Amino acid sequence: MDHIFFFYFAAVIAATSLLVVALRNPVYSALSLLIMFFHVAGLYVTLHAEFLAAVQIVVYAGAILVLYLFVVMLLSIKSEERYHSQLPVAGLLGVMLCTEVILLFIQSRTGAAAPAAADPIAGPGNTEMIGEALYSTYLFPFEVASLILLVAMIGAIILAKKDINEPVQ
Amino acid sequence: MIPLSAYVAVSAVLFATGLLGVLIRRNFIIVLMSVEIMLNAATINLVAFSHYLEAMQGQIVALFIIAIAAGEAAIGLAIIIVVFRGKISTNVDEMNLLKW
Repeated sequence: MDHIFFFYFAAVIAATSLLVVALRNPVYSALSLLIMFFHVAGLYVTLHAEFLAAVQIVVYAGAILVLYLFVVMLLSIKSEERYHSQLPVAGLLGVMLCTEVILLFIQSRTGAAAPAAADPIAGPGNTEMIGEALYSTYLFPFEVASLILLVAMIGAIILAKKDINEPVQ
Repeated sequence: MIPLSAYVAVSAVLFATGLLGVLIRRNFIIVLMSVEIMLNAATINLVAFSHYLEAMQGQIVALFIIAIAAGEAAIGLAIIIVVFRGKISTNVDEMNLLKW
């Protein structure tokens, strides 16, 4: 049963991520990115990271993707040329990179068996453990992350508000 | 059970796809989406190792990666809007000015 779920999620993730890169219309790309985010969340559930799965859906699918769709529709992009002029070089390097990755996977046989999953009902849950670690050991990085988000918010507002009176000819 | 290398393989495939998108696409929005794909690949890797090593740290770092990805999306899309206002194009090849 685990295998069926894993291979389903993995296959859909690989296919939709390829579609994001290959599709011509940015709206279709954004929608296949949405499907990819949902299946990545499913992959987290098979890894017993339920809190991260919920965060993935709320933050990525709920917030980031809506932002992308807003911008795509705001700019009303006409279908332009899809690929970079460096496509042959990129293709050659990509094939080399892929062979390297495949060779690495064939050579490394780490058959690390999964630890026996703890009973999810007994003991502290996933969310509780993350919360405890986040607000005690990782309190300082947590505050830094909130500062980064604040800076990003202010920066985005200032950038998007700026009036360009004399555009480049 | 599913071995750890299977999750790492999914992550590697996802990262390679994102890198491909960054390198060959011309539309700036698609390039940003490919960056999101690469960040997701890193997150899958961290969560998988966190599960197989029975350590919580991986999931905490994954949470920070999601926060950084949100900031990156906001700033990147704001930059797209500014560039689009000035040049009416989202082609990365035509973005060759540091200042206007």
